[in-house]
Amino acid sequence: MRVALFLTCVNDTLYPDTGRAVVKLLERLGVDVDFPAGQTCCGQAHYNTGYRHRAEPLARHFAEVFAGYDAVVTPSGSCGAMVRELYPRMGARARAEGRGTSLTSALAPVVPKTYELTEFLVDVLGVTDVDAYYPHRVTYHPTCHGLRSLGLGERPTRLLAQVKGLDLVELPGADECCGFGGTFSVKNPDVSAAMGLDKVRAAESTGAGVLCAADNSCLMHIGGTLARLDSAMRPVHLAEILASTEEEQLV
Amino acid sequence: MSSRDVILNRVRRALSGTPAVEESVDRTYLVEHGSRSTEETVDLLAENLADYRAIVHRADADGLAQLLRRLLSERGARSVLVPPGLDASWLETAGDLARVADRAELTPQELDAVDSVVTGCAVAIAETGTIVLDGSPDQGRRRITLVPDHHICVVRVPGQVVSSVPQALRRLDPGRPLTWISGPSATSDIELDRVEGVHGPRTLEVVLLSEGGSARLA
Amino acid sequence: MSGTFVGMPAFPEAARDAVRDTTLRGNLRHATHTIRAKRAKAVAELEDWARLREAGRQIKDRTLRRLDHYLVQLEEAVTAAGGTVHWAADADEANRIVAGLVRATGEREVVKVKSMATQEIGLNEALAAEGIAAYETDLAELIVQLGDDRPSHILVPAIHRNRGEIRDIFARTMSEWGRPAPDGLTDTPAELAEAARLHLREKFLRAKVGISGANFMVAETGTLVVVESEGNGRMCLTLPETLISVVGIEKLVPTWRDLEVFLQTLPRSSTAERMNPYTSMWTGTRDGLTGEGDGPRAFHLVLLDNGRSDTLADEVGRQALRCIRCSACLNVCPVYERAGGHAYGSVYPGPIGAILSPQLRGTASEIDASLPYASSLCGACYDVCPVAIDIPEVLVHLRERVVQGGPVTRRGAKVTLRPAKGHAAERAAMRAAAFAFTRPGTLAAGQRLAARTRRFHPRRLPGPGRAWSDSRELPKVPAEPFRDWWLRTRGGKDAEK
Repeated sequence: MRVALFLTCVNDTLYPDTGRAVVKLLERLGVDVDFPAGQTCCGQAHYNTGYRHRAEPLARHFAEVFAGYDAVVTPSGSCGAMVRELYPRMGARARAEGRGTSLTSALAPVVPKTYELTEFLVDVLGVTDVDAYYPHRVTYHPTCHGLRSLGLGERPTRLLAQVKGLDLVELPGADECCGFGGTFSVKNPDVSAAMGLDKVRAAESTGAGVLCAADNSCLMHIGGTLARLDSAMRPVHLAEILASTEEEQLV
Repeated sequence: MSSRDVILNRVRRALSGTPAVEESVDRTYLVEHGSRSTEETVDLLAENLADYRAIVHRADADGLAQLLRRLLSERGARSVLVPPGLDASWLETAGDLARVADRAELTPQELDAVDSVVTGCAVAIAETGTIVLDGSPDQGRRRITLVPDHHICVVRVPGQVVSSVPQALRRLDPGRPLTWISGPSATSDIELDRVEGVHGPRTLEVVLLSEGGSARLA
Repeated sequence: MSGTFVGMPAFPEAARDAVRDTTLRGNLRHATHTIRAKRAKAVAELEDWARLREAGRQIKDRTLRRLDHYLVQLEEAVTAAGGTVHWAADADEANRIVAGLVRATGEREVVKVKSMATQEIGLNEALAAEGIAAYETDLAELIVQLGDDRPSHILVPAIHRNRGEIRDIFARTMSEWGRPAPDGLTDTPAELAEAARLHLREKFLRAKVGISGANFMVAETGTLVVVESEGNGRMCLTLPETLISVVGIEKLVPTWRDLEVFLQTLPRSSTAERMNPYTSMWTGTRDGLTGEGDGPRAFHLVLLDNGRSDTLADEVGRQALRCIRCSACLNVCPVYERAGGHAYGSVYPGPIGAILSPQLRGTASEIDASLPYASSLCGACYDVCPVAIDIPEVLVHLRERVVQGGPVTRRGAKVTLRPAKGHAAERAAMRAAAFAFTRPGTLAAGQRLAARTRRFHPRRLPGPGRAWSDSRELPKVPAEPFRDWWLRTRGGKDAEK
């Protein structure tokens, strides 16, 4: 199986540790993972801000870059949801605008083979115990697009529950949005910050030292809030926890 | 052009690009939730009525008049509204209670001066704890179960009881004025928390009258 | 819509004050969290919820697809049952019709059932201008009216008020409108409800004209349905001699049987009850098919367009017309919870308001152009919607309309919108980003530049960047982007790409 890592532009630029963790984890599980260098951005920010037509060439580019693979794995619920949920919708809108089926047929092949990381682990590889070791108290925030668009459900917490040494504590109001929302975070900064603050307080109330999520965009917002408050709690991507072993502790 | 034509034309233009095929409705939702014996359905009705603060009583034909007399007397009612078609035997032993026959000429203020009202009902819904009145002669005009502060509604069980909303709608005639009642009047307008007792009757008592004389329910 | 909202500031500015109002934040948090948990429980009782939701969506879509047909059918049925049907293309026309009908009765006051449609058209203000007093009788509407306030929630317009504030409003103002509040009124909800009962009773008993909206209209039978809790609806619908119902044209359902879906999904979605205390259904008047001396002698139905047919013309946006006004989306919305209803500048606040107002009113004003952005697109609203309105989808669609412009229908005519002003810098940035993102080399060069200069990045940004860095630290740019690490460590592996 030819597996490609779609790291996402945010992770590539700002969170390379997450990318290294995914590679390490997948290789440990016997997956030969490739990083096609042509990859850029799925177009989510454009699409969600109202620039659907600008997102179309990015979607086409994505489809071309990942055409030759059997599976595309991404450590981001929102970028995964962009491909799986919104690419088909973009094709349908283009058709409705009288621009034919070319966008739909260009995007169709990559849609079903794109997986968010925990889906790939649990559904494709069929594992929940990835031999990880992470001796910390952790609380998990299920990000909105992972939770509601992709329907990741219990997958992330099933994976976390199998990590040796990890003490998983429930996050109160877990399914509430953290307030990031892409450009929402700067277009409505007061509401966004208030949501972030509430999320951070809920996380701190658990006594956990680590706030885990499977999407670095949300963690950038939550982490930025934690840092501003000089909180001792650290934001950590799920992939980094799953990549961590007794021999090689990542964080 | 009349506004009627303006609006209808706008609607037609708005839909002009939309295929005319009528979307079908998938009605595979449940006709009722769970399967219960007749007796269990009546019990569920009683439970759900009580859950929304209706006071539930049970009686058979022999004990009904006595029960109604007791309820009205415990309430301290001096007058009771009687819909035209109410079974006369129900209030036979109601003693010196003033019986006010509903007439079209009664003003709202006059209705407001009456303490209680006793009616039958058209159908009762177990799953939701709802009684439905349809203005039949034993239930009377809608206002008589609204203005007095105390309503006693007699439900014949099991004959008038259905399990669910879909079953109730099938029994009802849309041409009649219908009032669905689930507990006494209430509001959630203060901090989204439910409080019973606003404009409608603040006390709702429901008597489950078992049919067939001595055929008592458990 | 109502003139009350003209000149509202854009959503972010209006929300800023709300976010800092700790009383308001506390009130909204308490109320929305209370109802959230209850709704979840009420919905979980029905194992076929998903199927009911889908059936509700289908019924509404089927209605909208042949709306003209069903409207004509409804008109025939209502007329046959003794009612009179009026058609109002916009708010002004609806207000003129209602004021004319009230004047014809010779009355100077009316009692009102809570109705979103009459709020939307600003009926109370229009009647006041004609010298007609309109008394709101729903408890929350009464609180808003007495407090000279604006509604902030669809179901509970005074949700922004806590019991203490309500007590103060009652004690201070009831005497100006009629029967004063009882002496020594406390803030217990039962006492407040009792005060409202006493205050409104005299108005109900003497009322000659009632005004309502409707939750549903059944096309095949001409039946109208009002779903309520307090009994104020029953009072207004049955005691007056004349009843005037102002109803949006999208409130139709084709058949009597269709109610079996909505009477299950609406109460559980709105007040989290198995069934609301009172539902009234009536068909025409006593002169038509129904019983003797029961209810108003005259019944007028005013069918309101006011932007609905324009909304219907938009293939993506029309799903907003499925809305049954349950307000579940408000109660789960994290943005509504913090910004409050007033920030939405409309009688329709929250997620549904953010897609309804810019469609009914257009996106020309500052507030309407900002509403599609008043969401983090978290999707909680779509999850709870009992008619499956994909609110995030419509929000994004309306964002597109704001920044790109394009064809829309206004007052029945097709027009082409120009892109909104104030998005020029963003448009340029999006264009530049799209350029870089289709050219991996350009992207990589940018990433390397950021990495090389990372020691000089400020902790806080100037200008527009402050929107982020006022409340959050910026992420630290790593020494090298992932792609360089990959190239360095596994370079040969995908050299062909």
